[in-house]
Amino acid sequence: MSYVLNLICRECGAEYPTQPLNVCEFCFGPLEVQYDFDQIKNKVSRKTISNGPNSMWRYSQFLPVDIENSIDIGTGFTPLIHAKNLGKQLGLDYLYIKNDSVNPTFSFKDRPVAITTSKALEFGFEVLACVSTGNLMGSVAAHGSKANLDTYVFYPQDLEVSKIFGAAVYGSKMIAIEGNYDDANRFCSELSDIYPWAFVNINMRPFYAEGSKTLGYEIVEQLGWKAPDHCVVPGASGELHTKVWKGIQEFIDCELIENSIPKMHLAQPEGCSPISSAFKSKSRQIQPVKPSTIAKSLAIGNPASGPFSIDVLNQTHGSAEIAAEDTIIDSIKLLAETEGIFTETAGGVVISSLKELVTKGKIKKDETVVAFITGNGLKTLESMGEIKENTVSCMPNISSFDRVKSNFKF
Amino acid sequence: MSATVRIPTPLRKVTNGADKASVEGNSIAEVIDSLENTFPGIKKRICEESGELRSFVNVFVNGEDIRFSDGINTSISSGDEISLVPAVAGGKD
Repeated sequence: MSYVLNLICRECGAEYPTQPLNVCEFCFGPLEVQYDFDQIKNKVSRKTISNGPNSMWRYSQFLPVDIENSIDIGTGFTPLIHAKNLGKQLGLDYLYIKNDSVNPTFSFKDRPVAITTSKALEFGFEVLACVSTGNLMGSVAAHGSKANLDTYVFYPQDLEVSKIFGAAVYGSKMIAIEGNYDDANRFCSELSDIYPWAFVNINMRPFYAEGSKTLGYEIVEQLGWKAPDHCVVPGASGELHTKVWKGIQEFIDCELIENSIPKMHLAQPEGCSPISSAFKSKSRQIQPVKPSTIAKSLAIGNPASGPFSIDVLNQTHGSAEIAAEDTIIDSIKLLAETEGIFTETAGGVVISSLKELVTKGKIKKDETVVAFITGNGLKTLESMGEIKENTVSCMPNISSFDRVKSNFKF
Repeated sequence: MSATVRIPTPLRKVTNGADKASVEGNSIAEVIDSLENTFPGIKKRICEESGELRSFVNVFVNGEDIRFSDGINTSISSGDEISLVPAVAGGKD
């Protein structure tokens, strides 16, 4: 069963009954799900969790959906890999990669969308809709298929082709907006006032956002029930960063782990870093930007959860990193060549930021670090350019091979 | 001169359900005062006591965020379409 009490405004504390509603009518602040943690604490132990399914639903008591109603296409409990090769290169003994690119639609988005889809059915919606920088729409389209819901996805028209195919294949109705993500987002917000749909990241947002907490729970459980010293999390709207922290905090509050606070670092690309920039200028007010980055999944110039992400940076003494655009592809290749994990551009931003943190001495050799890899590299192939340096063409005979073999540069 | 403001759902209790309003004013600040004349109580929903916009209210003029222009002093022309949009709508990679 679910232990949801109600919805509460993150800014002014006003409370609302549980419903598809995301904005406080008094101060416009975002609403968040509130739980009965006394009950959860009594019902949950390390053992009950360990005995649960090998998916995000092993943490169902901490989620706003009854597990009996869950739409499950196999999301979560993704590998946490001790990255010894990359760690050796960077000078870190305990570097871990949380590889969330192996979810059903190849990004962490399956976590929040699994929750939202299940909840949309509970509320009786017939249409699931979203505005997306790419990963979200694939997940919404897939979960909509499984749940027999109609899906509409809105996205900025300059998106990577594989992200468009990755949603269209499920039969979703695809609407390419002539503008950037922030334009599409503003438009969908107005649309949601008119159409009675479950807009995944608008009216369903309080429930949607809860799904990302499971990343926090998982890394803690996979590290042997303890929090790491550092987390490096990619930042777009800032919501993932705040929710990984919330997950860890809830496990501390429920006494499932000891009270140790990881430094929650945020990784943004140079071409779109409104949260990192505000943090560096010691402000909680975000000045929006017009994104210009190859990390399109992080291209949100007007980040809704920016102020809360800055709160987390302050609370946990985290750093806000800005990855130079020209390092992103090299970082993708570095992760692939050392650990066998091919991530999308957002993952490149995370690895670039991780390198910076080590270089600046903010992460020490013997500290435990988790770097969050949230999307698959096949989604952003066109950003990789033409990787020709290690390819040669060859006739199918031995002499031809002997000749071209000497051409390899490495 | 007259411009149109789109009223988002959370504010419609104050506007008796109206989803649009015709307003007068040469700037966003004046438009907000004009709204307050028509719908008393709406200003304190979208502005702090200092008169600054609340953190979670985004204002767009013809689709452009006023933070890219002059903020609350952004000038308004006849026929402009102004949107009040909750900042927390959407926005997750």
